Amino acid sequence: MSDKLRVATASLAGCFGCHMSLLDIDERLLELIMLVEFERSPINDIKQIEPVDVAIIEGGVANTDNVEVLREFRRQSNILVAIGACAINGGIPAMRNHFSVKECLEESYINGIGVLNPMIPNDPEIPLLLNKVHPIHEVVKVEYVLPGCPPSGDAIWTFLTELLEGRPIHFPYNEIHYD
Amino acid sequence: MTQCHFFIDGKDIPFHPGQTIMDAAMTAGIYIPHLCHNPDYEPTGSCRLCLVKLNGRYVSACTRPAQAGGKVENQSEEINQQRKTLLQMLFVEGNHQCPGCEKSGRCQLQAVAYYVGMLSPYFTHFYPNRQLDASHPEMMLDFNRCILCGLCVRASHDGDKKDIFAISGRGIKSHLVINSPSGKLGDSHFNAHDLAASVCPVGVFLPKHKGYEVPIGQRLYDRQPISQVGDVAGQNKPAGRS
Ligand code: SF4
Ligand code: SF4
Repeated sequence: MSDKLRVATASLAGCFGCHMSLLDIDERLLELIMLVEFERSPINDIKQIEPVDVAIIEGGVANTDNVEVLREFRRQSNILVAIGACAINGGIPAMRNHFSVKECLEESYINGIGVLNPMIPNDPEIPLLLNKVHPIHEVVKVEYVLPGCPPSGDAIWTFLTELLEGRPIHFPYNEIHYD
Repeated sequence: MTQCHFFIDGKDIPFHPGQTIMDAAMTAGIYIPHLCHNPDYEPTGSCRLCLVKLNGRYVSACTRPAQAGGKVENQSEEINQQRKTLLQMLFVEGNHQCPGCEKSGRCQLQAVAYYVGMLSPYFTHFYPNRQLDASHPEMMLDFNRCILCGLCVRASHDGDKKDIFAISGRGIKSHLVINSPSGKLGDSHFNAHDLAASVCPVGVFLPKHKGYEVPIGQRLYDRQPISQVGDVAGQNKPAGRS
């Protein structure tokens, strides 16, 4: 086994924008993979979560599967990072928190514009929605947060490199944004 | 007029008797974070963001008169932490989904949060359910972002002399109300060029028909901190009004 830092990532109720932004560090990805080993992540499609040093979580907690995955990541990681608006405050998915799950489902699958064969999906394989979308810190302990929708590639780079060097993390002004 | 002096973080600041700590700091070009303060209106000291220590005791800079020889502490780790906590409480009390807010990038709440280094709202979110008011042809109100700073109330009362806005209720039930038969903005005497429309530090007042005219990334606070570019209200002033 290499002595590289082991990193896993997941997208819960997010749009994958934060993962896209991670890819946006461009050729620095080559530098990054010299420093870290990617375990379970949508980037390599590994499904099994092994113990890791750092888990990076995009997206809030909107359904029972999100809760399970998040708790498993927490159990298996030393440092857990909330990345992006959704992981931090629920983000755009949390705008459904004004409505009941029933209202949301009816709007999407029955009354919505352009719906064909109106029917609320109820396959047992589909994870059940929670009443509200929650930021991840309301479910597990979080060590670091990196805001942005998504955070820029540069912000992610600053974060990862300073974390890897064990320094307190300082961002230039234009790398911290909530939008 | 007599000129006296006091100190902010060790720096000598001149003031005229009657000026507040905030007035004198603004004149001297020293930034003290604030949300409910606008030099055009009477200070109310309600948001508490401008808390500073005067001779070792917490006071709000916008309401406390400057005092000759006084020693004011504005920038310290302790004060910054207090301000961050206040901001975090403001964020979780409302619904601040910045990525979906037209004000993002020129919002003072966001800018002050950037300034103090707030990375997350930390507390448990309330996710209150507040209805929008889109009844006015030129202006939409999204109360989800109201921080109850009372600036629109003061501007409507003192500036426009219209008394269109008021804060009603108590404690956590406090909310902004509109003075019209239906309680809707469209039924009031509000005009989109009223001073009250230009003072909101957050994204409650949203002019219709011109969303995202200035793209995200090119907005007031996108590149420079509020300590350098100043308040959003200063940028919003209707043309021809001082
Ligand atoms: S009012 Fe400001 S802090 Fe609130 S959502 Fe809009 S941009 Fe974000
Ligand atoms: S609407 Fe804006 S200006 Fe009026 S009280 Fe709320 S935050 Fe302040």
